[in-house]
Amino acid sequence: MLKLLKQSPLSARIGMGIVLLNCLVAIFAPLIAPFGETKVVGDVWESFSPQFYLGTDHIGRDLLTRMVYGARNTIALAFITTILSFLFGSLLGFIAAAKGGWTDQLLSRVIDILMAFPTLIFALMILSVLGSSITTLIFTIAILDSTRVYRLSRAVAMDIEVMEFVEAARLRGEGLWWIIRHEILPNALPPLIAEFGLRFCFVFLFIASLSFLGLGLQPPLADWGGMVRENAGAITFGIYIPLIPAGAIAFLTVGVNLIVDWFLHLSSGLHE
Amino acid sequence: MDNLLEIKNLVLEAFYEDQWRPIVNGINLTLKKGEVLGLIGESGAGKSTIGLAAMGYTRQGCRIASGSINLEGKELFNASPEDLRVVRGSKIAYVAQSAAASFNPSHRVIKQYAEAPVHHGLMGHSQAEKEAIEIYRRLFLPTPEKIGYRYPHELSGGQLQRAMVAMAMSCKPDIIVFDEPTTALDVTTQIEVLAAVKEITEKMNKAALYITHDLAVVAQVAHRIMVLRNGRLVEENETRELIQNPKETYTQELLNVRSLREDKAFTDKMEIILEVKDVAATYTGDKNVVENIDLNVRRGRTIALVGESGSGKSTLAKVITGLLPANNGSVKFLGKELPRKLKNRKKQDLRKMQMIYQMPDTALNPKQTVRKVIGRPLQFYFGIHGKKADARIRELLVNIELDPDSYIDRLTTELSGGEKQRICIARALAAEPDLIICDEVTSALDQLVGEGILNLLQDLQNKTNMSYLFITHDLATVKAIADNIVIMLQGKIIEQGEKKKILTPPHHEYTDKLLASVPEMDPDWLDKLLKERASTFI
Repeated sequence: MLKLLKQSPLSARIGMGIVLLNCLVAIFAPLIAPFGETKVVGDVWESFSPQFYLGTDHIGRDLLTRMVYGARNTIALAFITTILSFLFGSLLGFIAAAKGGWTDQLLSRVIDILMAFPTLIFALMILSVLGSSITTLIFTIAILDSTRVYRLSRAVAMDIEVMEFVEAARLRGEGLWWIIRHEILPNALPPLIAEFGLRFCFVFLFIASLSFLGLGLQPPLADWGGMVRENAGAITFGIYIPLIPAGAIAFLTVGVNLIVDWFLHLSSGLHE
Repeated sequence: MDNLLEIKNLVLEAFYEDQWRPIVNGINLTLKKGEVLGLIGESGAGKSTIGLAAMGYTRQGCRIASGSINLEGKELFNASPEDLRVVRGSKIAYVAQSAAASFNPSHRVIKQYAEAPVHHGLMGHSQAEKEAIEIYRRLFLPTPEKIGYRYPHELSGGQLQRAMVAMAMSCKPDIIVFDEPTTALDVTTQIEVLAAVKEITEKMNKAALYITHDLAVVAQVAHRIMVLRNGRLVEENETRELIQNPKETYTQELLNVRSLREDKAFTDKMEIILEVKDVAATYTGDKNVVENIDLNVRRGRTIALVGESGSGKSTLAKVITGLLPANNGSVKFLGKELPRKLKNRKKQDLRKMQMIYQMPDTALNPKQTVRKVIGRPLQFYFGIHGKKADARIRELLVNIELDPDSYIDRLTTELSGGEKQRICIARALAAEPDLIICDEVTSALDQLVGEGILNLLQDLQNKTNMSYLFITHDLATVKAIADNIVIMLQGKIIEQGEKKKILTPPHHEYTDKLLASVPEMDPDWLDKLLKERASTFI
C-alpha cells in the first residue's frame, strides 16, 4: 500500500492532499472554527475583516465557521450516501447478473419502477412522509442513487459473467458469493470507481436541491449546498459570498476525481 | 521490370517498455509477377507486420525504421500519405483474417466492393457492380448475380471471406496480401477459400503474399516459402524443395506433423466412467440442438468429438457438465446418474470432471495470480491452505513444465497463450479429476505451442490414467491423440468407433468429406481434390 502511494502520480497526490485537508477540517471542526456553528455574530453579509476572515452570511453568522462545520456535515453525508448507494446498487446488480432468470427479472423490474419516478419528486414523497432526519435523508438518497449504480454494475457484470473463467468457477461448484467477490468484482471495478467519482458530486447537488425545498439538512445545520442556496441572493448585489461554498464543493470534487482517475488507471491494468 | 515488389533490409520497430525495439530484423523479399510467396511462422514471427509493411503501412505503435520497400519502381518507405493512397487498393490490396470483422455490417457487400474503384476513379458504380458479379462468379460464390446485394451477416464465413478476396480484386491490383485468410474457418470451408485464392493467382496471374501459420495450407498455393521466426528469416526455398528437404531444424519441427501417440490396446474390460444415453438438449425450448446422443468414455482413453462449428459439440459438453440441463436421456458418471442441473450435483462429482477451454485468455481471471488460480481448487475441494498449498501448487507447475519460482506470483495477463493454457490444465489437475473435457484446447494456439500442449496432456494421461473428452474441429489433432472418434453433424452423432476403424474406408459420406478436407503436406493435394470434386463443387 505504502509502495503504491509512493508511485502515485502528481495529480493523484494533489487529489489526496485536497481530500485529506477537507477531512482534517471536518474532523477537527470545533477546534478550528472561531465561533459556534449557529451563533449570529455580526451583520448580514459583512465583508472580509480580521474578525470574520470570510465575512458573514445572510443572517450574520461567521462564514468561515459555517464552512468548517459545513465540511463536516456535507462530506460525511456525501461519502456515507455514495458508499451506501454503491453497496446496495452493485451488490444487487451483481446478484442479478450472476443469478439471471427470475432473480434478475424481479430486481430489474423493481429498479425500473423506482427509476420511473423523477428522483426529486420521489425523494420529496419519502421525506415528507417519513420526515427529514439525517438518517432518512441518507437512506433515501442512497436508495435512489443505487438504481443507477445497479444498472451500471449489472451491465458490467453481465459482460464478465459470460467469460469462461466464471463458467469455470461455476463448474467447480463455487457459490454465488465467491463468484461475485472473486471473479466478478475485481473485473468490474474500473467503471464502478469512475462512477463513484461522479455520483459523489451529484449527491452534493441533490442535497442542495432538497435543502432548497426545505427537506434537506435542516437549518441551522450548515451544509455547503444549502449555504450556496441561502446566500444566492447576495450575487445580485455583487457580493461574492455564495461563491465560497460553491468553490469548496468544486475543490473537493476535483480532488476526489483526481484520485479516482488514478485508481482507474491502476485498475484498468494499463501500467504506462 | 522484373520484380513487382522488392523489399530490402527491412527493419520494423515497435514501441514497448519505453523504447523502440526491432520486431522485424533485416528481411529481404522479392515478388515476381504471377508468383505467390508464402510467409510462415508462429505468432510474433512478424509475418503480418511484413505483409502490412509491403503496403507501406504499419500498425499503431510500430514504425518502419530502415530499409527499402520498392513497389513497381516506387519507394514506399517515407512516401507521402497521398502517394500511398494512390498505390493502396489499386496496385496492392489486402485480405484480412476475419472477413466478418472487416466488412461494414450496415452496407451491402457489393456496395463495399464498388467503393474502392469508384473512389480511385477507375470506373462508375454500375460498371463496378457488373465486374463484381463477374468476380463473384469466378470465385465460385453461389448465385453471383444476387449474392452481392446481401448484407455481410447474411453470408456464411467462407462466402464472406471469398467476397473479401473479390473486394481486394476490385481495383485490379498486381499484388494481393492474404493475411491468414482461412485461419478462422472450418476445414470444409477452408477449401472454398483456397480454391478462390488459387483461381486468382493462377488463372488471373496475380502476385500474392500469403501469410499463414499452417504449412500444409501454404504448400497448396505458394510457389516459394519463407519461414520466419522472431522477425528473422529462418529458411527460404521453393515450396517443393522446402517440404521435401527442410534444412533448418525449426522448419523440420513445423513439418513434423503430430504423430504423438502409439495406439493403446483396447479391451472391453476398461471401466466406463462416463455414459451418455439418448441425450437431447435445447437452448430455446422448441428445437433440439443436440439429439439422440449416445457415447461412452472409458478410463484412460481419449475420445475425440469431431465436427464443424455449429454441429453441437460444445453444446454436448455443456450438457455433460450440467451447464445446459438435458431435456431427455441420462448422463452416468462413475457409475452414478448425475442430476441434469449443475446446482444439484455434488461437489465431489464436480471435482472429478474438469474442463479446459478453447480461449485461455477468457478462461483465466485477468485479476488473479497463478497461485490463486491453481490454489483455489486445492482449497475448495481438499481444504489445503498455506504452506501445503504452496508446495502442491509448485508441484503442479512442475508437472505442466513451468518454472514455479518465476510463474507462481504472476498475474494471468502476464503469460503467453501457451502458458495460459498450461495454467488452465494445472487448474484442472489440481482437482485430481477422472475426466477432463477439452474444448478446442489447441485451436487458439500456434502449431508448435499447441503440439506442446497435446504432448503434455498425453504425458499426464500416461501418468494419471485420466480420460479425455476432446472436442475439436481439427482432424490433425484427432489423428494425433484420439483412441476413439465420435463424428457429429447438425446435433447428431453420425459415426463413432475406434480411431482405426473411423479413419480407414469405407467412411460415412460426411466423414469422407471431412477427412478429405484436411490439407496435406503435399503441394498437389488441393489440385487433386478440386479436380475430384469438380463435378459437384460449387
